[in-house]
Amino acid sequence: MIGLLETGSGYWNAITWVIMVIAVGAVVIWLRNHGEDKYKKDTDQTKPFLSGNPEISKEDSHVSASHIYWGFTEALKHYYQPLIKLHTGNINDYSGWIVLVMAIIFIVVGVS
Amino acid sequence: MSSILTHSPALVMALPLLAAFLTPVVGRFNRKILGWFISVILGLTLGITILMAIQILTNGSMIYVFGGSEAGLTLPSGYTVPIRIIFHIDAMGIFMGLITAVVSFLAAIYSLSFMQKESGLEKYYALLLLLATGMFGMEFTGDIFNFFVFLEIASISSVALIAFRSTLSGEPAEAGYKYMVVSSISALMVLFAVGLFYGQYDVLNMATIASVMQFTQLDKIALILLVTVLSMKAGSVPMHMWTPDAYSEAPAAITMVLVAASQASLYALFRVSFSLYNISLNTVTIGWIIIILGVLSMFIGVTMAIIQKDIKRLMAYHAISQTGYMLLGVGVGLAVLANPVALDSFGIKAMEGSIFHIMNHAMYKGLLFLTAGALFYRTGTRDLNKMGGLANNMFYTTIFFIIGAAAIAGIPPFNGFASKLIIYESVYKFNPLLSIIAMLVSILTLASFVKVFHSAFLGPKLEQYKKVQEVPKSMLFAMATLACIIVLFGLFPDVIVKNLVHPAVMALINQTNYTATILGGI
Repeated sequence: MIGLLETGSGYWNAITWVIMVIAVGAVVIWLRNHGEDKYKKDTDQTKPFLSGNPEISKEDSHVSASHIYWGFTEALKHYYQPLIKLHTGNINDYSGWIVLVMAIIFIVVGVS
Repeated sequence: MSSILTHSPALVMALPLLAAFLTPVVGRFNRKILGWFISVILGLTLGITILMAIQILTNGSMIYVFGGSEAGLTLPSGYTVPIRIIFHIDAMGIFMGLITAVVSFLAAIYSLSFMQKESGLEKYYALLLLLATGMFGMEFTGDIFNFFVFLEIASISSVALIAFRSTLSGEPAEAGYKYMVVSSISALMVLFAVGLFYGQYDVLNMATIASVMQFTQLDKIALILLVTVLSMKAGSVPMHMWTPDAYSEAPAAITMVLVAASQASLYALFRVSFSLYNISLNTVTIGWIIIILGVLSMFIGVTMAIIQKDIKRLMAYHAISQTGYMLLGVGVGLAVLANPVALDSFGIKAMEGSIFHIMNHAMYKGLLFLTAGALFYRTGTRDLNKMGGLANNMFYTTIFFIIGAAAIAGIPPFNGFASKLIIYESVYKFNPLLSIIAMLVSILTLASFVKVFHSAFLGPKLEQYKKVQEVPKSMLFAMATLACIIVLFGLFPDVIVKNLVHPAVMALINQTNYTATILGGI
């Protein structure tokens, strides 16, 4: 069967997967089309409720890259702080890492 | 036709090499046709490489003896060892050659528009051709000293290409300098290892060295030198730090080729471990060293990527992370190489996953770097904080980015999913923890690319980018071709694994075949 990939413990067929996604997608669209039909585009109905505060412009409310996953990096700051420190940008350190790894492999292979 | 096929290994090298020296002359007469001239040359090279692939996958390895009376005569009468430079291209070599050919050709096409406004284009294209020549040489040669020469050609041209763009801050020059230093260290170590082999065995042909390998203390030293520096050239953690510098500062098309160049070093690492040493080395120890380097690369690469704000640096860290998958699978294969039951049960599959991932990675990471280049081309920045809403104006680039991002995150039905799935399942049988780490890294990869997608493409049109347009057709063509390959490889992975990947893995594992092709006996 074309597209059938043996993965070692089982099989994967992308064609079947695509057919399934299309079938499930069609059902979802069919269900959606049978949903609420009172939605009116470009009316007050579509505006967010901000407790009386004026809505800031969409251009100003775009979340920039630095703010995404702030919580993730903050929670892992003890992991990130030393890791970032290691990335010095100094070529001497780059060379030092090569020598260090080589020395470790020398010891491991020499002992084994 | 038969003559072209016989001499195709030499032609694949000669075409870009001679064209590189012709480039300044062509550029002097007509600068406008320069890009097309290079594209045609690399297109022809791609065509010949495809012909070679068909020949090799149908009839077995190709041998080309330079300067010999016959292209396939490795041992002239009276000789017991080969003395000439020999190209020895098996299924693994041509697998890598195809990647190099596709990527180089598309880099030339993309550069037609991307580099149009730059000066010194004849130098740029000449260096691109030399880089392609060096990579082909690394992948096709059967001679260890010759490998060193091609490694140097690829490294020197890479250094110049990384430093090609001139900026006031001089960052490309700094990145080029850093790459030059680490490349010099690696070249010296490779040369030292070559000296150790030559001093002991009086030969430089890899198959011949493999046939007489004693695994002496000197061979151990040579192995350690080669494993370390080739891992470094592949971008393995903790020797990866040159990678974000070099990948982010090089022009986008060159970054795509640099990814393939790093993979050529990875190929050399695998070639040394399997074809040169094979079970004569302590496969468990070296296998685990490669696995550990792989896991470190996967995890540290992806976690460092998440916090980046420069789109190309972020992608460069992902390149490191993806290299980890390749090291992991092949490391598992190497660790169980001396255990036929485990090798049959999951070792070969793990290697198939990793080798397949090499090609997939070259395609989707190439595509992602090209989309980053497209964003830079139109916005003039790589800073994700300054981007936003670009999907409104760059529809096709957005679609190509989504395809590349989904592929690298291992989302079906794209190619990255197929190779990662093989790696997960086969590595799980070796050590479940390694497989779980690999899956976690995929989730983090997806998270990271969601960040890029949101920052650069989603949201309303920003005032400064209201007049941004889609990139020119040549850039779209290069991205579209890679996107098509990604989708096709994802939909029909079995065809690629069966016809390209499995033969490549078997060519690596079967050392007897490798040596016998040169020394006779098959």
